[in-house]
Order: sequence, then C-alpha cells, then structure tokens
Amino acid sequence: MDWTTGAEILVEALVYEGVDTIFGYPGGAVLHIYDELWRARDSLSHYLVRHEQGAVHMAEGYARATGRVGVVLVTSGPGATNAVTGIANAYMDSTPLVVITGQVPKHLIGTDAFQEVDTVGITRPCVKHNYLVRDVCDLAGVVREAFYLARSGRPGPVVIDIPKDVSAARANHSRLDHVGFPFSAAPPPVDRKAAERAMAAILEAQRPVVYAGGGLANSGADEALRAFAEALSLPVAPTLMGLGGFPSSHPLCLGMLGMHGTYAANMAVAECDLLIALGVRFDDRVTGKLATFAPHARIIHVDIDPANIGKNVAPSLALAADVKKALEQFVSLIPEGRSFESLEPWWERIRAWQRSQPLRYSGSQNQIKPQSVIRELHRLTKGDAIITTDVGQHQMWVAQFYPFTKTRQLITSGGLGTMGFGLPAAIGAQLARPNELVVAVVGDGGFQMTNQELATAVQYELPVKIVIMNNGYLGMVRQWQEMFYDRTYSEVDISVAPDFVKLAEAYGAAGFRAERPGELHHVLSAALSHKGVAVIDVAVSKEENVFPIVPAGANARDMIVQ
Amino acid sequence: MRHTLSIIVADQPGELSRIVGLFSARGFNIQTISVGETLDPRWSRVTIVTRGDDRTIQQIVKQCERLARVREVQDITTRPHIEREMALITVAASAGGSRQEVLSLVSVFRAKVVDISHTHLIVEASGNKEKVDTFIELLRPIGITDITRTGHIAINRLAAGEIVSEEENEDEYLLRQRR
Repeated sequence: MDWTTGAEILVEALVYEGVDTIFGYPGGAVLHIYDELWRARDSLSHYLVRHEQGAVHMAEGYARATGRVGVVLVTSGPGATNAVTGIANAYMDSTPLVVITGQVPKHLIGTDAFQEVDTVGITRPCVKHNYLVRDVCDLAGVVREAFYLARSGRPGPVVIDIPKDVSAARANHSRLDHVGFPFSAAPPPVDRKAAERAMAAILEAQRPVVYAGGGLANSGADEALRAFAEALSLPVAPTLMGLGGFPSSHPLCLGMLGMHGTYAANMAVAECDLLIALGVRFDDRVTGKLATFAPHARIIHVDIDPANIGKNVAPSLALAADVKKALEQFVSLIPEGRSFESLEPWWERIRAWQRSQPLRYSGSQNQIKPQSVIRELHRLTKGDAIITTDVGQHQMWVAQFYPFTKTRQLITSGGLGTMGFGLPAAIGAQLARPNELVVAVVGDGGFQMTNQELATAVQYELPVKIVIMNNGYLGMVRQWQEMFYDRTYSEVDISVAPDFVKLAEAYGAAGFRAERPGELHHVLSAALSHKGVAVIDVAVSKEENVFPIVPAGANARDMIVQ
Repeated sequence: MRHTLSIIVADQPGELSRIVGLFSARGFNIQTISVGETLDPRWSRVTIVTRGDDRTIQQIVKQCERLARVREVQDITTRPHIEREMALITVAASAGGSRQEVLSLVSVFRAKVVDISHTHLIVEASGNKEKVDTFIELLRPIGITDITRTGHIAINRLAAGEIVSEEENEDEYLLRQRR
C-alpha cells in the first residue's frame, strides 16, 4: 500500500486547487512541508520573503491583482503571529487567502512548548474559518474546503494550522467528507421580485446615485455596472475599494466618496433621493455620521454578505446577491426607450458641484507638491500602471489624483488601514501580472515597516517601482493633530531616517531622488524605465494636508474643502 | 427585548468559542448560554439568551449564520416555544426549624429535594426563568446559602392545535398566583 505523508498530501492538494505560487518563510514546525516543497518545486514556486507580514501582503497583492486565492506558508508561534496583520487586512478587504501555519506536534499542544501559540484562537476573529488539523486523513478535505470558503460568497482568509507530526504522519486514505460541510455550488439566485421592485424605484427616482465598493472587483461586475449606469445615465460614486471598478475618467463618475472624497460625490449622496449601494458595507469612512448619511434617500443595498445588509444602515430594499448577477438582472428589466430627461435637473446640480469644488491643490516653485507626484506618475504611466499603497495621506492623494480606469488596478489597504502594505502587495501583484508596470506609492513611515521586502523583490527580479512620498512626518496623523489638536505635533516627526537611495542600493535595487519640482519629471521617468527594482525618494512639501476632508463622525455638509 | 436564540453548530473543538468570540467582538450581550448534544450527535445546540432591539438581533443571527460550522440559527422568541432552566439551591432547613416551610414550597413548585443534612436541604427546581426566579425569591428569606443555575434551554412547541401540556399550565397558574 502506498502510504503518503501529510506534507505530500498538502502539496498535492494545493496543486489540485491550481496553486502554482506560494509565499512563505520556513521554521521548525513546517520543516516536513518545506522538504516536500523542495521536491515539488517544478509545479509549485515558493517565494521566500523576509518577514511573514510581507508574505501575507504579497499573497494579498497576488490575489487582488488576479482574483485567484493567495497562498501563504509560515511556521508556528512567531511565524503565525507575524502573519496576523496580513490576515486581518485580508479579512477587512475581503481578499481570498489560504494561510497555512505550522504548529507544534500534537502531544506538545497546550504545554507552552517552544514556538507554540494558539494560532486558531488568535486568528479566529479575523478569518472566514480556521482549522487545527489533528488527523492526517482529514488534511486533503480541509484544504479543499478551505479553498472553497476562501473564494466563495464574500471572499476572505482561511487559516489551516498543521501540527508538525501531522505533516509527518502517513495516511492510506483521505476523508473528504469529514465535516459534512454543505458545499453550495453557486451563489444564491437574484430574487426577481426584489430586483423588479428595485428597478421600479430606480426608474422613479429624480436624484439617484450609485455608491459602489469593493464588491465590484470581487464579483467582476465592472462591465455590468458600466452597462447599468450608462443605460440609465446614473451618477456613480466609487469608494476607495471601488476605484477602478468604474472608470474614473467616465463622464458619469463623480470621483471617490467618503472622508476624502470629492465634493460632488459627497454632496450628491447628501442630496440624493435614491442611493443604490452595490458591494459595499457602509463603512464609517464613507458614511461619517450615520444619522445624516444620505438623509433624503431610499436605499437599495446589494451585497453578497447578508450580514452587511442592515448592519450600519437599514435599507429600504435589500438584495443579498452577487453584484454582477444583480446588475445584469437590473439591466434586463430596463424598459425600452427610456429617456433621461427627468434626470437633467439632477445632473445640472451635480455639474455645478463639480465646477464649484473640483479636486485641486496649489502649486509651488521650490517644493514638490505630493499631489503633483501622483499627476506626474499618472502621465508617465499613461494611467495604466497597477498601483499599490499603504495607508495615509499618500493613499488619499493616489485615490484623488490617479484616475483609475480598470478593475483591480488599485491595490490598497482599505478596511484595516495597514502601514507597510504597499511594497509587499506590489511584489505579489508583479508576480501575478509580470507584463504590467507595478508601482507602490508609499509614505516614508509605512515604507520603513516592510522595506526588508526589497530583498525579496531583488532576489526574484520582480521589477516593482517604489515611490516614497517623503515628508519626514507621519503625515495623516500630523494633519489631524494640526486640524483637531491645536497643532500639537505629538510623536509624528520621523525625519531621522535612512538615506533611501543608499538603502535601495544596499539591497541591490536602484535608488533615485527628486527634491525640486524641476527634476520630478526627469527622475520619475528615469526610475520608471529602469529595468529592475527602483526606489524613488521624493522629498515632498512637509505640511501638506489632504482636502477635502469630512471630519470623523461629521456629515458631508461639514466638509472642509481647503 | 429578551430573545432566545437556538444555534445548531457542528460538535467540534473550538466551535463554541467561535460563537462566544463573535458575541464579545461585536459587542452583543449574552445573558445565559447552554450547550448540549442534539438528536444527531455530530451537531450541538447552543441556546443563548440575549438582549437587543430587532436590528441587533437580526445582526446577531446573520453574523452567527456566517460561521462555517453553523447550520442554522433560530430566534425562538418569535414562535411558540418552551423554555426551561434548572437551579440547585442550598437552603437552611433544620428539623423543627424551617424544614416544613421549605418542603411545602418544594411541593408547590414541583421541585425536588436532592440532598439533606441536619441543617440544610439541597433543592432542585426547574421551569421557565420566571418560575425559578419566583421560587428563589420565596426561599431567600428562609436562608439560601448557595445557588447554581443553568442557562436556558428552549425548544419549539409542537404544531398548533396540540394540547398545551399540564405542567406548562401549572407554571402559568403559579405565576398568576404570584402576581
């Protein structure tokens, strides 16, 4: 009889799921698995990171650039705890991941053994599901279910914790049905009655707005949304996670909604009589004060996750459904010969808001304005690059000044707001989309949280470009201290920093620096056309603020535009 | 408003902690919780009594339904059901002292004496929360030295038209008397 080990079963199961890329970091508890990975290296490429957080963010970048499930392998104890930030990030942004963690051998579990931590307990609140595999005969079934869960419904991370003795144990059979899990093959069908009621409300509305989020990318609904919005001449306000799901350059696009969104998008939502919420969860960074969010509107909420519906805002009409399928259903219900005249007055008001308060910034002769860096990046990349970011001011400037036109073009840490996400996410995206230009726009703070992954990019020749918007501050925190704490700059000065050009060179990457407006174009252009990994340290004006801003917990009318 | 939720979850290690963790992480309240095997031993029934307005309860139900090993969540409160909890009560009851009084209360409430010493009795009482509360309230002046209470368990009533059981009638009667 052919008795296979847990490690062999795991690798085989991963290959069966179509996995060819895995990000990881070895350690004691995963030695059996790494031994097997070495033998399987022709079918399964492993990318050795420099920190487990980087591995998870790379897998997220990979998953978000493609829609495939990102896979991570780390060891027990600190390997697992270092991965938690990435897992939580993926949970918040609904990114499909399978994270495999080693665990101490079964007989040592619960004894405070070396490198033991309760991984299943620690990750429980930030995963769709997790497993501690106690029997090698369950392993294949667990992997199969984990991939199913990660990619089905609202996607998210799943953790599989494998004790060292289980990866070594031999099994002569596999139980695939050990859990009696009711796999449901397809997402639930769209409720036709509800869709008809929704369409009636849409046709009736005088001041409708579409509020579109991260669900667009996950459901592949970009074209369906375009068809829907164009057929009805509907204004579309994407969230940060929705950017690219509807082209920012489209005449129907109002620009980003929310705390740092456009005046027009926020005013349109404040004044609308119908809010069509698609693949969104009414996050506080979008709604501000809930009581005054879209105060005059009936709300239609479409989301794949029933728990998102009614969580923060009670809709008048709810469809727990796949956004793409719902939109296709809506489009099929649009009556022939629909005229847009009734929306004319609404569009006039929207145009007036757009004209009165466009996104803008003041130029400077001697300082590089951070917004101008994004504009220049947009010009040089012809608007085609995949952009990743960390969290903070630079992220908002990217969202405002780089008009995204394609789905999965912006890969940013939306829900968790994780500093250090941009660089590793770019590496994962570059691996997934080798022929595209991938640029990480990061702050000098976030960059220093994961910059060790430069070594990973160099090792695997993944030619990502990293634009550091260097203002020597934790900029967004400084901005809040300036605006809401009487300019008390408490612990936000990070101007003592390495020379990022030398740092890049120390890692074997190319380093570039721009300090004056006059050299920005030339330096960026040279760096972007560099063949390998390039770091561009851009000294931007130090005390620039992100505008507009709706202060936390306020409403759209309290927006500070300048 | 008080709601009793019945959650059918796979009988596997860690599943209860997933449910309890969800309640604490999302700020939902647990008044009582009890867990036991169902007819099919692969599945457990977790009965949770919680408080909240309709939206909160709906959200709790939906969040619980997201858990991969949860098969079904029912808000039992919305339909006819029977609720029970049990209490073990140690009460001062010496011969020639208050023992007779305790025993008569035990008989009225259809409780049971499960242990006895020269000075104390341990009494087992079961019923819905109100009945057990009332029983304890009446024993309290006599001198309770210890109480252990289970959480609620609940089950849907048989189909409409079934005869309401005698004991349920009796509980109602007792409560009316008390009020």
